[in-house]
Amino acid sequence: MAFSPNASQVDDGLKSELAKKGIVVTTLNQLYNWGRRSSIWPMQFGLACCAIEMIATACARYDIARFGAELFRPSPRQSDLMIVAGTVTKKMAPQVVRLYNQMAEPKYVITMGACSIAGGPFIDGYNVLRGIDRYIPIDVHLPGCPPRPEALLYGLMELQRKIDGQEIETTEWYQKGLKREYPIPDFGPHGLIPKFNPEVWNPRETENRKERYGEPILIGRKDKAPNLDLPPAPPRSAAPAPAAPPPEPAS
Amino acid sequence: MLSTADLKTKIEAAIPGTTLKLVRESLLLENPNDLLKVARFLKESDLGLDYLSSVTGADYLTYLESVYHFYSMAQKSGPVVLRVRTDRQNPQIPSLTALYRGAEFQEREAYDMYGIVYEGHPDLRRVFMWEGFEGWPMRKDYQQEDSETLEMADVAWLENQGVKVPEPIKAKAEELEKQGKRALAQKPGQPEPQ
Ligand code: SF4
Repeated sequence: MAFSPNASQVDDGLKSELAKKGIVVTTLNQLYNWGRRSSIWPMQFGLACCAIEMIATACARYDIARFGAELFRPSPRQSDLMIVAGTVTKKMAPQVVRLYNQMAEPKYVITMGACSIAGGPFIDGYNVLRGIDRYIPIDVHLPGCPPRPEALLYGLMELQRKIDGQEIETTEWYQKGLKREYPIPDFGPHGLIPKFNPEVWNPRETENRKERYGEPILIGRKDKAPNLDLPPAPPRSAAPAPAAPPPEPAS
Repeated sequence: MLSTADLKTKIEAAIPGTTLKLVRESLLLENPNDLLKVARFLKESDLGLDYLSSVTGADYLTYLESVYHFYSMAQKSGPVVLRVRTDRQNPQIPSLTALYRGAEFQEREAYDMYGIVYEGHPDLRRVFMWEGFEGWPMRKDYQQEDSETLEMADVAWLENQGVKVPEPIKAKAEELEKQGKRALAQKPGQPEPQ
């Protein structure tokens, strides 16, 4: 959905002038969005290490309550926001999609960490989904491994900005025929079926990874195995020290 | 605690017919069928190795290996490392579950990842991957699927769910199907000359 700041019709200067006199001018949209943005209830679930950082954000030091999102609900029926905090394994992905389907409208998703965005350090693994955005739409992507609590707060503020830009007449969840339930992938013989949902995600046309970092360096680690009959290779630290620099020429 | 070489002599003397080989700091059991006898000796003799801390699978390209780490809780000694080798085509090793209950899930894991069949295991099923998964993902020749290219099974599934699949993606899947190929991820590279 397009982001547009929800500007009020009333001139800002006039508004603050009136506020000093104790008169508050607002629009229905602003009031409505203010209410929604100030009490986002996130869903209480974490999948891996990023969840620890999410917990830290909810604790006293970073205190997500300052943004009105402190009420972590243990049920998808009661939450507005799903923070996908951690590695989405292929075994877990159907449950994550199912939880998304069970959430009531309006619903938002933040992917927290490199893992839930694109697989993170496990991108080449047989067991980890390369990003939950293959099956459900995402509102805010939050990179990092893990993102610091400040970053999660920033992600939440971005989401609040997005909520501010929505209007009652045009929001999706008041429209007819809104479909925000996505098919839940099945376990197949080699991975999930389907590998992605083309309604939500399509393969990139350019290989960003290759463009940025060049061809992968193939070191053939999978074609080699140590020979146990040979003595073990010396540890790196035992390598001969570099030769001492030549002595200063005597002056 | 005996040294590994002394342990080797001791086991070979106690169980006639077993041959062990020193591999670095561990003992390689030449005949996998002796495993149960050797493990029973380790557990019940005065060595008292009553705790099997890990059962690990390993792929050495020409053979598969199962590695056992034994400790003694009573004598606070260990580990004694035992290796058992088996071939890749038909890997079979006797199960230690009857002797050490803790081996049950670890053997299931090694079966799940490497396809080593532990004979005599009470419940040898996959433990991490789901039922119906094919292949042994930790073996070095495991061919991973290409997660960017849909296959005909995916397309059929999506259309069954009422999702419209874009033409180019569908065409690619049909092309693969016609050639009888799977969409596979890039192969592991050639080894560097050593
Ligand atoms: S992004 Fe990093 S910190 Fe977060 S779940 Fe993945 S590995 Fe863990």
